[in-house]
Amino acid sequence: MSDNELRAAVSAGVMSAESEHRALLQSIVEVARAIFSAKAASIFLHDEETDELVFEAVAGEGSDSLVGTRFPSSTGVAGWVLVTRQPLVIDDLEQDPRHARETAESTGYVPRAMMSVPLLHDERALGVLNVLDRSQEVEFSLGQMELLGLFANQAAIALDLLQRARHAQAVLTQSGSDAGAIARIAAALEDLDEEQREPVLRLLSALDDVLRADVSF
Amino acid sequence: MAQPEQKPERYTGETLPAWSLPAAASEEIGVVVEWPERVTRDWALGGSTGAGIRVCILDSGVQPDHPLVGSLEGAVALRKTEEGEIVVEDDTEGDLCGHGTACAGIVRSLAPDCRLFSVRVLGAGFKGSGAVLLEGLRWAIGQGFDVINMSLSTTKKQFSGLLHELADSAYFRRSVLVASAHNMPVESYPWRFSSVISVGSHEEQDPRTFFYNPSPPVEFFARGVNVDVAWLGGAKIRSSGNSFATPHMSGICTLILAKHPELTPFQLKSILYLTASNVGGAE
Repeated sequence: MSDNELRAAVSAGVMSAESEHRALLQSIVEVARAIFSAKAASIFLHDEETDELVFEAVAGEGSDSLVGTRFPSSTGVAGWVLVTRQPLVIDDLEQDPRHARETAESTGYVPRAMMSVPLLHDERALGVLNVLDRSQEVEFSLGQMELLGLFANQAAIALDLLQRARHAQAVLTQSGSDAGAIARIAAALEDLDEEQREPVLRLLSALDDVLRADVSF
Repeated sequence: MAQPEQKPERYTGETLPAWSLPAAASEEIGVVVEWPERVTRDWALGGSTGAGIRVCILDSGVQPDHPLVGSLEGAVALRKTEEGEIVVEDDTEGDLCGHGTACAGIVRSLAPDCRLFSVRVLGAGFKGSGAVLLEGLRWAIGQGFDVINMSLSTTKKQFSGLLHELADSAYFRRSVLVASAHNMPVESYPWRFSSVISVGSHEEQDPRTFFYNPSPPVEFFARGVNVDVAWLGGAKIRSSGNSFATPHMSGICTLILAKHPELTPFQLKSILYLTASNVGGAE
């Protein structure tokens, strides 16, 4: 097992579980939907292995059934945004029958307006944030575009964390009991209160000294 | 596709040493400058319809015969084969997304008599899209288009070096590369390179209004908010994004080049500066 894998495995123990990262993504789409007074908001993750976009979080219309649904990364506006890394805002979508059909097939809901922004982290395009049918009372402005970009940054960080946690858990699962034991110890330590933690830390520190000592038994 | 003819070389460099200028040779590179004392918008593009200028839309393809696009002089698509080779083929599918059609329609609306070409580098999914984009740009530069519209970018650092070389090569071959800037704080290419004309959005509705940005890397702002654009199926939709500011700038470059075909990208950029709405072009 490499150092990187060990680090990932231990991280899995101390990092919060996947469900918490999901909750963060869910919170982001809920807030995005509320801020833009939109009918729905969703986050897609790009699955690099299958080259598909996967619904990871949905707020509003279609939220019950869509998480986990996949479609090819070449599909529709979200696919375009992912590939070009450029945000796109479209109104009057009903004039585009092809788009309407594709969207209806993938979401069960046909929006009239869509704001779509790529989720970029370092040099990777991790996915796409979509906000559907924002309030049309105010005409779209660059201020809204900036706000959308801020949400996208937040969502990209959350998606990155989710991917790291999944990777770390995968490493843990594959690597047998050694790293798993270390991760379990790290996770258990996190759950201890101050009084319980102190003696355990002393014990671990002593163990660390023994392992680092340049002596042989 | 009817292959676009190669642009005639305007300067071969054969009579001069490569990187120096002996005193006796200075007369050979005399440049006739007919710019007025004060460069105005009217001098730069007044009366121009973009006639004869060859504009390439490097995008998702262009729907042929869309009422807002008109006729295309040629269309190719780049595709990665199963063996990993990237091939250039005649494009028989048109636009797979609507985006390229929108960009083409904007250029056409500003420069009705320009010659439009489509090079499709997108639409086959995310995997390998960076490599296809690079090859598409290389192909377009090889064709000697006067203006290449790139309403897209890549964040992959591995492509930045090669893209930089291509952007410089376009610059020296007099192909003007007009590229969408990012409105998010990320590194992406090629818009960050100084050899391209990088474009962000302003909120005004006049398609010919553009601003010079004294704080680069984004150098110009053009119309990119609430634009009525051509879309698939002959439709029109309202859309916003730097993707649509970029073809506005491409259209303006096309108008200027049609009136002043001798301009190098360097000189064109100087004229854009002098005629920007916040510099001297508002009058």
